[in-house]
Amino acid sequence: MAEKIRITTPLTEEAARKLKAGDSVLISGIVYSARDAAHKRMVEALDRGEKLPVDLTNQIVYYLGPTPAKPGNPIGSAGPTTSGRMDAYAPKIIEQGLKGMIGKGSRSTAVVDAMKKHGAVYFAAVGGAAALISKCIKKYDVLAYDDLGPEAIAALTVEDFPAIVVIDSEGNNFYEEGQKPYRKI
Amino acid sequence: MRTIEVEQITQAIAKMCINACYYLSEDVYEALVASKDTEESPLGRDVLDQIVKNADIARNEDRPICQDTGMTVVFMEIGQDVHFVGGNLVDAVNAGVAKGYTEGYLRKSVVAEPLFDRKNTTNNTPAVLHISIVPGDKVKIKLAPKGFGSENKSGLQMLVPADGVEGVKKVVLDVVKHAGMNPCPPMIVGVGIGGTMEKAAILSKKALVRSIKKRNEHPQYAKLEQELLEMINKTGIGPQLGGTTTALAVNIEWYPTHIAGLPVSVNISCHATRHAEIEL
Repeated sequence: MAEKIRITTPLTEEAARKLKAGDSVLISGIVYSARDAAHKRMVEALDRGEKLPVDLTNQIVYYLGPTPAKPGNPIGSAGPTTSGRMDAYAPKIIEQGLKGMIGKGSRSTAVVDAMKKHGAVYFAAVGGAAALISKCIKKYDVLAYDDLGPEAIAALTVEDFPAIVVIDSEGNNFYEEGQKPYRKI
Repeated sequence: MRTIEVEQITQAIAKMCINACYYLSEDVYEALVASKDTEESPLGRDVLDQIVKNADIARNEDRPICQDTGMTVVFMEIGQDVHFVGGNLVDAVNAGVAKGYTEGYLRKSVVAEPLFDRKNTTNNTPAVLHISIVPGDKVKIKLAPKGFGSENKSGLQMLVPADGVEGVKKVVLDVVKHAGMNPCPPMIVGVGIGGTMEKAAILSKKALVRSIKKRNEHPQYAKLEQELLEMINKTGIGPQLGGTTTALAVNIEWYPTHIAGLPVSVNISCHATRHAEIEL
C-alpha cells in the first residue's frame, strides 16, 4: 500500500487539485454530514435565492446518516451512504464552493463535470465499515435541519478518517481502474 | 392447541433486531475471513481486512455493524395448532421492532408514506412481514434487517421458458453488473426462480436469510448456485475497489410456476448480511 496522504480541512481548490484517483488519504478537521433530505432542502433554499444554512466553501461533505449515539459516545455507527442518490443535487452544492465529498459508489457525468470545473474531489470510504469509521469521529454537532433526525446537517470533528480518492478533479475514476485487471467476463 | 402470549413475540423480535444488527452471523463472518486469503487484489484484501475489523468492533462493543440498520423483514412460520392470545400478532411484531430499534440505538429509517410526505415513523415500523402457516405447534421467526444501499440494486425479470438456464444467468449477471460497487460488496446474492412475479421476489429475499454454508437441496440448483458465484466473481467488481471477491455466495430458492413463465428475481445483499432466527 502506498503511503497515506494527510489532509486537514478546510480543503482549498489548490490542495484538492493535487489529489489523484487512487490516493489513500487520512482526513482530519471538520467535515459536514448531509444526505438525501438535507440536500433536497439545501437546493430548494438556493432555488429560492437563500443562502445555505452552513457555508460549504472549501469544505468536505460526508454522505452520512449515523445510528443514534449510545450514552458516552459522540456518535453511533457512521459509514458512508450511496452517493448516487445525491447526484441530482451535488452540482449545485459544488457550485457553492464545496471541494470534497465522501461516500460510496458511482457518480453521474453531471457531478464529475462540476467537479472538474470547480476543482473538487470525490472520496470513497469502505461501505458498511460503520463501527470502524465511528472510531475516528470525535464530535458530532447538529447545525441545521434538526427535524430530519439522522439526515440533519452536522459538523463532525474527525481524526485520521480513512478514505480513497476515487474520482479526482480531472475526472479520473479509480473504481474503473481498480476493476479492469480483474474483469474476465 | 398451544397458547402463546403475543408479548413473547414482541420480546423475541426486539432481541433479534438488536442481535442481527450488532453481531454478524457466523456463516458470513467466516466467509469474509476466508476471502482475505483468496482475494487477488492487494487493495481488495485491505478492504476485506477493514470489513472484518468492523465486524469484530461491532461484536465486541455492541455497536451496529452498519449505520443503515435497515427496514425489518420478518418471516414467520406459524404452526396451525398455535393460538395467539393477549393482542394482535401484527401489532406485537411491530411493537418488537419499535422496542429493538429504540433500546438498541439502531437507526430509524422508515418513512410512513413513500411518495409525498416521506415522514419518518421514528421507530422503524412497520416491518415487512411474511407469514406462512405450517403443521405443528411451533413458531419459527427469521428476521433480516435490510439496508437499502443493496436493496435498491435488486431486480426482477419475467422470462419465458425458452430463455432457460442461460436466460437466468444473464438476468443475475445484468443485475450484479448494474449494481457494481454500490451495494457494498462482497455481496450475497439471493435468487428466486418460479412462482408468480411477487412469489419470485419473496423467494429471492427468503434466499438471503438462508445460511450461505447451505447449498440448495436440488443438485441442479446447487450446481447453478456455484456457477453463478464463479461468474459473478469474474466481473472485477471485487470488494468495492476492484478484485475477485465480488460475492460470497449465491443462494437460490425456487417454486413451481406456470407453463408460460419463468420469473426470476435477484435480491442483492451487502457484506453486512444480517439475519437472526428463533423457534418458540
